[in-house]
Amino acid sequence: MSAKKLNLKDKYRLLTRDLDWDFSYEDRKDAFPFEEFEGIKITDWDKWEDPFRLTMDSYWKYQAEKEKKLYAIYDAFSQNNGHLNVSDARYVNAIKIFLTAVSPGELAAHSGFAFTGRQMGGIGARIASQMQSIDELRHIQTQIHAMSHYNKFFDGFDEFSHMHDRVWYISVVKSFFDDARSAGPFEFMVSVGFSFEYVLTNLLFVPFMSGAAYNGDMATVTFGFSAQSDEARHMTLGLEIIKFLLEQHEDNVPIVQKWIDKWLWRGYRILTVVAMMMDYMLPQKVMSWKEAWELYFEQAGGALFKDLERYGIKMPDYTDLIKAEKDHLSHQAWWTFYTNSQATAFHTWIPSDEELDWLSEKYPETFDKYYRPRWELAKEMADKGERYYNEGLPQLCQTCQIPMIYTDVQNDPRDIVYRSTKYQGERFHFCSDQCQHIFEDEPEKYVHAWLPVHQIFQGNCGGPGGLEKVMDYYKLDVGNANMDYVGSPDEERWKNWKGVA
Amino acid sequence: MSKVLIAFQENDESRYIVQAIEQDNPDATVHFEPAMIRIENEGALTINKATVEEMMGCDWEVQSIHVNLLTLTGHIDEDDDYFTIHWNN
Amino acid sequence: MTIEIKTAKMDTVRNTFGHIARRFGDKPATRYQEATYDIAAQTNFHYKPLWDQDHELNDPTRTAIVMEDWYALKDPRQFYYGPYVQSRARMQENAESNFNFFDKRNLAAKLPDGIKENLIKFLIPLRHAEHTANLNNMYCTAYANYCTAVAQATLFEAMDRFGNAQYYSRIGLSLDGNTGDSLVEAKAEWMNNPIWQGLRAYCERTLTIDDWFETFIAQNIVLDTLLDNLYFEQYDVWLSEHGAGDILMLTEFMRERSKESHRWSDSLIKTVVNESDQNADQIKSWISTWRIRAQQALEPLATGLLSEDALAEAYAALAGRLKKIGLAD
Repeated sequence: MSAKKLNLKDKYRLLTRDLDWDFSYEDRKDAFPFEEFEGIKITDWDKWEDPFRLTMDSYWKYQAEKEKKLYAIYDAFSQNNGHLNVSDARYVNAIKIFLTAVSPGELAAHSGFAFTGRQMGGIGARIASQMQSIDELRHIQTQIHAMSHYNKFFDGFDEFSHMHDRVWYISVVKSFFDDARSAGPFEFMVSVGFSFEYVLTNLLFVPFMSGAAYNGDMATVTFGFSAQSDEARHMTLGLEIIKFLLEQHEDNVPIVQKWIDKWLWRGYRILTVVAMMMDYMLPQKVMSWKEAWELYFEQAGGALFKDLERYGIKMPDYTDLIKAEKDHLSHQAWWTFYTNSQATAFHTWIPSDEELDWLSEKYPETFDKYYRPRWELAKEMADKGERYYNEGLPQLCQTCQIPMIYTDVQNDPRDIVYRSTKYQGERFHFCSDQCQHIFEDEPEKYVHAWLPVHQIFQGNCGGPGGLEKVMDYYKLDVGNANMDYVGSPDEERWKNWKGVA
Repeated sequence: MSKVLIAFQENDESRYIVQAIEQDNPDATVHFEPAMIRIENEGALTINKATVEEMMGCDWEVQSIHVNLLTLTGHIDEDDDYFTIHWNN
Repeated sequence: MTIEIKTAKMDTVRNTFGHIARRFGDKPATRYQEATYDIAAQTNFHYKPLWDQDHELNDPTRTAIVMEDWYALKDPRQFYYGPYVQSRARMQENAESNFNFFDKRNLAAKLPDGIKENLIKFLIPLRHAEHTANLNNMYCTAYANYCTAVAQATLFEAMDRFGNAQYYSRIGLSLDGNTGDSLVEAKAEWMNNPIWQGLRAYCERTLTIDDWFETFIAQNIVLDTLLDNLYFEQYDVWLSEHGAGDILMLTEFMRERSKESHRWSDSLIKTVVNESDQNADQIKSWISTWRIRAQQALEPLATGLLSEDALAEAYAALAGRLKKIGLAD
């Protein structure tokens, strides 16, 4: 008897689908206690479609192949002092932000997917989560290894782990993943799997990785490309969880809509830093933030939401606001970091004249009117030896934890948006209606946020005392890792290496 | 109709896959960018194992796409002999 | 004449990351070190888990075990992601080759009478036990998240066990000509045959444990040691003696992987036990509870699989392992 030929779908189903069983000796709810508290209704886990039917042995095989290729590049990179090939040492500050803010987020995502990988009731969703969990571990580890070489030659990388738990701008990313991980398993999958990994991923990865490619950073671009095929699997998990939940029960629709609205907003706010990175931190520009948003969200996102209309899902109602913000976002962000750079673990600088002209060209409606004058003033002051640094600390939004720098772009872009809510006798502040709404929906959750600036004022960051205590608490290498690129040890070393006076 | 997108790392193996895609999806547009090949098509795009093998001159597993894939959009359907992405609109 | 390729020497500004230098000294670090130590979030969490308001997101107090430094539980294999997948890729290549050999030469048809039925009744249902092992190790990964040295190792274990489950399923498909009938039968055995109910009940019970370290003990130390001995020592011999030695090719992966994994889990338990009397007492208490449960669970299975003496032999193996890791009776 010759064996029946099995196709991929059937083979995967036979190997995987039937492994779980209906419990007889314990209540299944004791083994899977978190399936119901979010109000999500699952009627039939068998309807889960496995998009990538990757068996474990295939996973090991293809991933090992990718690792071999990747580490061969890492070895070559360090053996040949690859860091000398970047366009300019200013560029390296972009990846300092990546290692301190994004990489630990990968580990947080790994942990969240380990949680859903255990707690989801359906085996298809569990296995996909588990593979994502191990992929995210891959990502933080390969990122650390990519940056390891840079750490040896540049400041601002060496305390990435310590800083992720403490530093003010990094808490923006940490709070995003803490928010996702503290949510229930279904919200977690929608937040990271769908909103982040599906809708917004191209706006995080492509800018950083293309930025690396355009600026001679072989280690990072190779990491990026190697990780991207993992990301394709993550995207499909994100899309599948959405489709599955929406098809399972009509009661799920409003819950999922709420999560989509919340998480696209929180994810979008994080992209503020990416916007500034693209427009201000890359000596060789890839495209403007505005262009990236138009390509990767307005076009690609449009197709997705059109498909989801059939379930009753709508595009969030703030997309017009985001459209209006795209002409302002990067400029407001870089200005904030420039003026607070005594407290950043990366350098900032005034854009060159060519760069100012590029910004004028890319942002014809807003740059010359609202932002170029600031840089002219900054340059004037710097030339006088009075390079400007803020002496106060910025007010942070309670939800997204970003300084309150966002302006009323649809009416008067010079007016800062302030929202506030009183809750149990305390006043909380927000950068936008959307952040306020997120808080008001779950105030008991968001009141616990560890806001860096509040904590500094409360003396919990090495204090009481002045900013020096805070810098110690951050392990921020004052005089080396912070302040302007001009005059920094990074700049001096770069000039020596390149034989430039 | 919405466009689907698929992108590969630019290397020897991917070039054969791209050739196969071009043959089986004649209206698809192919863009070469630094280290990346990006392909777009209206509505749907299909990669056929048989065509790729024809281009490569050797056996090729559909799942080995994982080694070279960068990103894609749309709903996925994969089996032993093909890999497709599509939108429903 | 010697040829030396000269590369430009550059003085580094620092040798490694701050947290690594504080731990190991100011010198270049290994990739395992940089990928593992002190990268997990420790403090200043923003929100309490909605699903567990009594603990932080990363929280060592989710277990009764106390360690001064959880990173003492270094994996002697030094697996981070890269070496792990590469190791398993090599092993799966062998396994693939073995399965192909078995199938191409139609060795299923050459098995002596009754062996196929024996395998479907006694071996293939292990796929369900492996599925439980996958879940239990994911549980450890989720809650040991404050220490990447532990969490990554339990994650690798979880994925391995899922791989095992799929390999047992493939053995079934090799036996039933890809119809899937053997898997249906094996599941029926798992669900209904009295010899399996003890183990099934044990598995379901482990999935309700609260303390993740207790889960680790119940699964990776007590149950696995007993099943490994029954299947990879005793049943292996039985298969060979009954003309079914070809099957050993198909379980090679599971056997070898288990041996290698024990290097890690032995080291982990030994370190935890040596840390304090409280840890040692707590682990002894868990072992004492679960070995009794395992005894009841496995009695019918061991007898049916082999003989009335089989379980005692497995318990001798467990005793040997416990002694090795500092938990002698």
